[in-house]
Amino acid sequence: MTRITKVFQRLSANNGKALIPYITAGDPSLELTKKLIFQLEESGADIIELGVPFSDPMADGPTIQRASERALANSVSLKDVLYLVSEIRMNTEIPIILFGYYNPFFTYGAEKFSRDAKEAGVDGVLIVDLPPEEVDELKVYVDKAGLDIIFLTAPTSNEERIKLIYVTKVKKLTDLPVGVGFGISTPGQAGKVAKWADAVIVGSAIVKIIEDNLNSPDMVKKVGQFVKSLKDGIG
Amino acid sequence: MLPDKKGHFGIYGGRYVAETLMPALLELEESYYRHKDDREFQEELNYYLREYVGRETPLYLAERLTQRLGGPKIYLKREDLCHTGAHKINNTLGQIILAKKMGKTRIIAETGAGQHGVATATVAAMFGLECEIYMGVEDIKRQSLNVFRMKLLGAKVQPVSSGTNTLKDAMNEAMRDWVTNIYNTFYIIGSVAGPHPYPMMVRDFQSVIGRETKRQILEVEKRLPDHLIACVGGGSNSMGLFYPFKDDVEVGMTGVEAAGLGIDTGKHAASILDGSVGVLHGSKTYLLQDENGQIKHTHSIAAGLDYPGVGPEHSYFHDIGRVKYASVTDKEALDGFRLLTITEGIIPALESAHAIAYTMRLAPKLDKEKVIIVNLSGRGDKDINTVAEALGVKI
Repeated sequence: MTRITKVFQRLSANNGKALIPYITAGDPSLELTKKLIFQLEESGADIIELGVPFSDPMADGPTIQRASERALANSVSLKDVLYLVSEIRMNTEIPIILFGYYNPFFTYGAEKFSRDAKEAGVDGVLIVDLPPEEVDELKVYVDKAGLDIIFLTAPTSNEERIKLIYVTKVKKLTDLPVGVGFGISTPGQAGKVAKWADAVIVGSAIVKIIEDNLNSPDMVKKVGQFVKSLKDGIG
Repeated sequence: MLPDKKGHFGIYGGRYVAETLMPALLELEESYYRHKDDREFQEELNYYLREYVGRETPLYLAERLTQRLGGPKIYLKREDLCHTGAHKINNTLGQIILAKKMGKTRIIAETGAGQHGVATATVAAMFGLECEIYMGVEDIKRQSLNVFRMKLLGAKVQPVSSGTNTLKDAMNEAMRDWVTNIYNTFYIIGSVAGPHPYPMMVRDFQSVIGRETKRQILEVEKRLPDHLIACVGGGSNSMGLFYPFKDDVEVGMTGVEAAGLGIDTGKHAASILDGSVGVLHGSKTYLLQDENGQIKHTHSIAAGLDYPGVGPEHSYFHDIGRVKYASVTDKEALDGFRLLTITEGIIPALESAHAIAYTMRLAPKLDKEKVIIVNLSGRGDKDINTVAEALGVKI
């Protein structure tokens, strides 16, 4: 059983919902990303979505774009992100999902990436610009390595497309945990979403706190407090 | 016939986009296939191409340029004579008629040099649709004339200050807008780039260039040309000229990329010659990227060529060897700009000047009996300030 499956099993046994915070790896430095991951776990995160910086994050808003720019100013690469995961893996079992755009993964090589990611202790990948139509070239290797692949659906997706996404995952509809993200910034909103989703994903609101405290010694603590409040909101 | 059903040209192209865009692309593809061979749609498009754009454009024998270079006959396909001064309007017209058929009320576009922005703002004004143009702040600075033209035409120009502040960032921002406003908004992409169906659709709309050229050259020379030459940024004017000739194996074709300050300086925009395969803006194609898959900064004196990718079908033509790709530097392009201006009284766009510059290199090596056709994709009024600056002249 994968770490991700375990989390959802544990939660559903208690009727609980997963909190999935997002941060960009290397924002503002790889060292702080490590500290942030441990803090996120301590504050109640169930899974962590770790952004792989990309020069052209087309589907993201300005906050996460700037996080990517800060990480790239330090030349943070996919290789660095995998190394970071292997380091934190020595001290935590929290599932890590890599979130990113396809080009850095493609350039790294689908097969090599899948192997190295598994070895580093990555649990899943969510590649924004790799819809079911194009996913096969990566999925073959990701499946072989035993990593989970996570798809996005959108308010614009109709039933047919959502079905295609499920079929691509080759799982029964009911098996799949559904996470909801985009624009959740308060514990109240997180609580509302948690009523009907299996997981709540919070990105920009957390990255904003990092951005507002770039030079503050309390950055990690402040992120922790916010994530704790989200966890309490979910109940 | 390429692309295949999912928009692939060999290994290139496709639809590498966020799920949020997928339904919009499918809707666009479906309605494009439904209308493209429809008589009513074609009649409307042809009517405006004729009466509004001023097609067909001449195929002009450049006698003094031919003499000067001492080689084959050089013909210029005069896309610079299109309404708005460049070939871009062939495509914006096609897409906006499609937008109307789809019931969309708002038009967005990205622009680099501003030519595509102007061509979009123009047809939006003509059809009375709301229009917003995304443009990098760097390009806004160097193309202030086109910015003003767009505003006069009633478009809102949205400055984009992210990444390199140029065309690719404007495209990112336009895609974000599209995701947010998908229900009423049509995104008019200006090149044979982006996710399927854009590379195919823009190619089809621009192919009017090559179809006319073929008819015209057969009429005057009673034979096909030996060589076609066009500049390549995203690659829409070259694709438009080349595509109708692709099965005429005796016709050689050269796409001219921007070598900027020189390929070895790294400050250029020659995606095919110096790039590697990757995924950007929805399609797999040759890109200028670093070893970690981050997109590189590009440079060209011609804003319209200053783009780190290239249309996927060009990548395919390169791999199968159907089109040869070459490059010329900023400096050579300026030489081309000056030579055409002085020998023919035609001031070319700096983009098109790249094709002229390559012709200067090629023509002296060929027999006088041969025939070359150069796509003069746009006129150079917009570039006067850039050229003056490059020549150290104060206006």
